[in-house]
Amino acid sequence: MLYSEKVMEHFRNPRNVGEMPDADGIGEVGNAKCGDIMRMYIKVDKKNQIITDAKFMTFGCGSAIATSSIATEMIIGQPISKALELSNKAVVEALGGLPTHKVHCSVLAEEAVKLAVKDYYDKNGIAYDEELFKKANLPCEH
Amino acid sequence: MIYLDNAGTTKVGEEVVKSMLPFFDEFYGNASSLHTAGQIAKEHLENAREKVAKCINAEPNEIYFTSGGSESDNWAIHTACRYGELVGKKHIITSAIEHHAVLHTLDEMKKRGFEITYLPVYENGIVKVEDLKNAITDNTCLVTIMFANNEVGTIQPISQIGEVCKQHNVIFHTDAVQAVGHIPVNVKAMNIDMLSLSGHKFHASKGVGALYVKRGKPLFNFVYGGAQEGTKRAGTENLASIVGMATALEIGVSQMEQTTAHETQLRDMLFKQLSKIPHSKINGDLTNRLPNNFNMSFEGIEGESLLLLLDDAGICASSGSACTSGSLDPSHVLLAIGLPHEIAHGSLRLTLSKYTTLQEIEQTIKIVPEVVEKLRSYSPVWNSLQKGEKQYVIQ
Repeated sequence: MLYSEKVMEHFRNPRNVGEMPDADGIGEVGNAKCGDIMRMYIKVDKKNQIITDAKFMTFGCGSAIATSSIATEMIIGQPISKALELSNKAVVEALGGLPTHKVHCSVLAEEAVKLAVKDYYDKNGIAYDEELFKKANLPCEH
Repeated sequence: MIYLDNAGTTKVGEEVVKSMLPFFDEFYGNASSLHTAGQIAKEHLENAREKVAKCINAEPNEIYFTSGGSESDNWAIHTACRYGELVGKKHIITSAIEHHAVLHTLDEMKKRGFEITYLPVYENGIVKVEDLKNAITDNTCLVTIMFANNEVGTIQPISQIGEVCKQHNVIFHTDAVQAVGHIPVNVKAMNIDMLSLSGHKFHASKGVGALYVKRGKPLFNFVYGGAQEGTKRAGTENLASIVGMATALEIGVSQMEQTTAHETQLRDMLFKQLSKIPHSKINGDLTNRLPNNFNMSFEGIEGESLLLLLDDAGICASSGSACTSGSLDPSHVLLAIGLPHEIAHGSLRLTLSKYTTLQEIEQTIKIVPEVVEKLRSYSPVWNSLQKGEKQYVIQ
């Protein structure tokens, strides 16, 4: 099999999939030309800076859907500071590994979470260090 | 399991398996040996050669058995290029939608100083003979254009291409891997100089194919060693597979009319019913098309996830999406017929065989729209299209 059981399980039964109309932050990465777009929505408890809910919508391959699904699980209930620490490596590990040419999907998941937080910060006038949101080098250029 | 990936490979026919079996434990002689066992093998080998030749209207001594379509393509191009180098002609004409066995071999030839012209195929996936005429120069040593395309099933104007090449005295090779055994192929009438065919595309086993080379045309040795295949391709013949291929081809040709009718009927059902999915598009020409080929794009979804969900539902299919190819670009064929990247990513290829049943097609017609709808419900692209934030590419 191309994918681990865990990847397939998340792909078949994605958690937290769908639109979040009242999101506090939205992050979208990727591009349809490359075959992957990931959109991450977060709901934030503003008093405690905790992500209370997350949802995603993904156009892409099985691993793109699985990485976004598990990423939502990994950030829900976490303080924003923790969510910003979510690495693509941690996503890959949580999924029990990804084929080498699919690792970029986990990078997309990490980026999408970060951009959602950035969007939340921007919308709420919260100051932040730009370095935190420096874009990773994504492999598809068109 | 509903197997709809027959352009990928086919099931080996029952009669084919039966014809192969004696060559494992009964007629296992080496066709190059002088003794009785060897001579029996030799007789069967030459019988098979005659059968294969007859099916494409060639002469038996114009058929060289190989390990399959890729080897045949490589051999043909290497031969034509070596000939080109000898006579000082270093220009090759091909199409933009060839199989990688041709395209990647031509990449190698580029490194050897050959100039390659890639004829465009337009939206219908077919080359224009006028473009070929305009591209041919005194420096052209080879025209290699596939008979029928493996992804969108379009059939090229082979007779006309053959005629043009004959007039200009240029070697014409065609990769007919998807055509032989499925649609009429006549090397003499079509003025084909070299033709590649592959057994496992028409219900023979994998690892066997043939290269047809017209008598009088150059052919250089590709594998050095023993004197097999007219001393041109060394290696003890894969007799069981060769016999199986001859059997499969004879059956394919004899049943061609009824298989074509059967596949066309089921294929057209798929087109008719799945075209009802909103914002979907048929890829390739509808008339000049292999009877078993279905290819459509569905806007807002990606092919690999489509294939995985179809597989879960028991349907084996194929897609031109980048993810399924292991590269970052979608199929060069879909891009060549003018599809934008995002639409090429959302393509689905279903290829039928004589074994495909009405029930299987009805089941497929039920499942595909469900799967497309499910993936669209996850898709931010579809979400934006539905909200009018983006314009549909497919109306």
